[in-house]
Amino acid sequence: MMNRLFEKGRMKYIFALLVFAIGQLLVVTGYLNDYLFSTLTTLCINIILAVSLNLITGFTGQFSLGHAGFMSIGGYVCALISMRIPTVPGFLLGVLTGALAAAFVGFIVGLPTLRLKGDYLAIATLGMAEIIRIIFLNLKITNGAAGLNGIPQFVDWMWLSLFTFSSIILISNFIRSAHGRACVSIREDEIAAESIGIHATKYKVTAFVIGAFFAGIAGGLYASYFYFLRPTLFGFSRSIDILVIVVLGGIGSLSGSVIAAILLALISTYLQAFPELRMVFYAVALVVIMIVRPQGLMGSKELSLDLLKGFGRKRQRGGS
Amino acid sequence: MNKVLDVRKLSKSFGGLAAVTAVNLHLNKGELVGLIGPNGAGKTTCFNLLTGIYEPDKGSISLHRDGQEYSLEKRKPHEICRLGVGRTFQNIRLFRDLTVLDNVRTAMNRTVKYGLFSALFHIGSYHREERELIEKSMELLKIFELDGKALELAKNLPYGEQRHLEIARALATEPALLLLDEPAAGMNPAETAQLTRTIEWIRKRFDLTILLIEHDMSLVMKICERVYVLDYGMLIAEGTPEVIKNNPRVVKAYLGEVAYA
Amino acid sequence: MGQFLQQIFNSISIGSIYALIALGYTMVYGIIRLINFAHASVYMLGAYIGYFAMTYFGLGFVPSILLAMLICMIVGVLIEKIAYKPLRNAARIAVLITAIGVSMFIEYGMMFLVKANVRSYPPMSGFLAKSFSVGAMTITAQQILILAVTIILMVVLQIVVKTTRTGKAMRAVSQDREAAELMGIDVNSTISFTFAIGSALAGAAGVLVGVYYNSINPLMGMLPGLKAFVAAVFGGIGLIPGAVLGGYFIGAVEVFVAGYGNSMYRDAVVFAILILVLILKPAGLLGKSGREKV
Repeated sequence: MMNRLFEKGRMKYIFALLVFAIGQLLVVTGYLNDYLFSTLTTLCINIILAVSLNLITGFTGQFSLGHAGFMSIGGYVCALISMRIPTVPGFLLGVLTGALAAAFVGFIVGLPTLRLKGDYLAIATLGMAEIIRIIFLNLKITNGAAGLNGIPQFVDWMWLSLFTFSSIILISNFIRSAHGRACVSIREDEIAAESIGIHATKYKVTAFVIGAFFAGIAGGLYASYFYFLRPTLFGFSRSIDILVIVVLGGIGSLSGSVIAAILLALISTYLQAFPELRMVFYAVALVVIMIVRPQGLMGSKELSLDLLKGFGRKRQRGGS
Repeated sequence: MNKVLDVRKLSKSFGGLAAVTAVNLHLNKGELVGLIGPNGAGKTTCFNLLTGIYEPDKGSISLHRDGQEYSLEKRKPHEICRLGVGRTFQNIRLFRDLTVLDNVRTAMNRTVKYGLFSALFHIGSYHREERELIEKSMELLKIFELDGKALELAKNLPYGEQRHLEIARALATEPALLLLDEPAAGMNPAETAQLTRTIEWIRKRFDLTILLIEHDMSLVMKICERVYVLDYGMLIAEGTPEVIKNNPRVVKAYLGEVAYA
Repeated sequence: MGQFLQQIFNSISIGSIYALIALGYTMVYGIIRLINFAHASVYMLGAYIGYFAMTYFGLGFVPSILLAMLICMIVGVLIEKIAYKPLRNAARIAVLITAIGVSMFIEYGMMFLVKANVRSYPPMSGFLAKSFSVGAMTITAQQILILAVTIILMVVLQIVVKTTRTGKAMRAVSQDREAAELMGIDVNSTISFTFAIGSALAGAAGVLVGVYYNSINPLMGMLPGLKAFVAAVFGGIGLIPGAVLGGYFIGAVEVFVAGYGNSMYRDAVVFAILILVLILKPAGLLGKSGREKV
């Protein structure tokens, strides 16, 4: 019994290494051309964004419509730093500083707004993201509406996979810790959570800050790979894109977010030529999911890596 | 006398409607006290005031623990829990989509010492503390015979077990004072009898002081040492079950309310 | 002083439009506790219907606005029946996400049909092309038109809500849906009615904006929609007078920030007000705060 209750979870590292190795092989052998790699980059960025939003909205139950705002902070900060220090350490410094900046803004914004409930919080975070966008639109250093161009490009498969897997693993680690469980209990019933000594505001802000941090990382990767940034890239529809992934995959399922991100990447590749149709499809998907299967593809279940262990698992005898 | 809880002149009104008016009550260490009254008498409001869900308009609530006195009336619910007041809810508020184990384990959160970094990287004392949490939770679940269902979702438990789980969850916070809001509601006589024994047992085992709201008179008369009676937000009687049972005001308040079981 | 009065008048014009949109948000929120994101798209739809009616069918202003109101009314009711009604008892977040989906569907569907480019309303003629100088102020006939239409619609709304049976049912349902149902009120048709009225007002606002700003596009609803929602929250969401008050307030803030400050920060100020109101007085200026039942 105890063994079943207490998971070690080394499989995820092996799995991550495996995916990295396959990817690296494809890159080296040239199977992964520029077009495919750019799709892959978008996919990885979307995964980071979705997983981090899922921590806030899916696991902690705080409906945020402002994730694009945090992403833009990470993006701009990373761009500004790596344009001045155009080296790999400069890029890494940029990504981390950007993420920290996003986390800091998340803290400042989260502290007062996370007292709000449900749709009020949604609308407040939406307002916050708009304010951030308008600030970037007006700042000299970010070059206003024209945006930043010629950001040095450092994102390769190694960095991309490193950041993507660390985001997934760190967030899933957090969820499977006492602090993560506190967050989930707030989603389940805030009053009951407080009655068992959970400081709801503290944990909501914690989840918000961690989510903002990883959204910042996604922004940094975006800036460095696509080498230009404009405020319009981080509007309301970006936040909605991320929300669609989270909702489709299942509110409260990290593997669901990953699966949904892959699924939507495939769909938007096919609908490349019709951007409006892609949005119409997203819209219909949202409505249909909510009416037919509001828990999303995966519900709150996780696709367990233990499945991969498959037969090896049999040797473990269940004891109590 | 060794007081654990001392409530004086507690009052609360909602939009001009007085829900609780100048209630005085106290609990001595180790006592099991009942709080009864007709529907809408303000019993649950009292609990919500004691646990910080509502802030009192007037009055004081002080908790004595380990030779210290803490005033509760301005504190937040989570602080009050951490000072040693655990509670259950009338309409069961479990974390329905979490497992039985997680319901209890989450309630032990304050004993966790590892910080955010250990949580993110699963390093430091993470593994040891998590193992301890599971062991402690399973021990507690065993008391309520729920250990076999540790990995079931709380919402899939039968009603009676949900009530038990909620008590287990409250105990996981290591309270000195336990507030039970209608623990026997919806239970059949056999289940109620079982619950009665459990309450008696945990009181001794965890050295608890218990305040209990109950509609089921048989339960109150059987296990409570003293009883407070609320009616229209005011305390109308106080005393041993025997005295209360024969108090004309109490009988009048209850007339047509609930038949004595 | 002249400039100040001019700003006041300009803010009344813009405020009228916000107020008309905000009414729809507030009535729907009042009755089913939903931020109806699709409302802004209905407003956009109204602008396009007005455009097509005037450009291709050569209709005048009055028939055009009536047509826009009628079609928007139907669309609003359909949205509720198809997308929201199946979720009547679902989690509020689920309904909110659906509303976002519906809004995207209408906006990008429209973009697919009519393409993303900006279109211009036909130039107005006769009285509507005139403008008047009052002292240092210039008042256009269109501004007068906006104000007149808004006043007419609000008076009609007031009469409907206060005196008709359905209006009374609306108020009853927004107070307590279950009790209203027990009293024999047909909740479903009351909710449909609310969507109908709100959507018609949004359609009217769309045509007025087309006439006033003379340019429309499929995503034109997003920002004014959000601002109108801010207006509704500011006045106290769920309250009809609150939406009107909020609409004019937001209109004034915008015009004055642009006139005396930095027009680039105009929208940021509106959203900052939203966040402040939500934090400091979430029930809005005219609202009373409730408490959660435990």
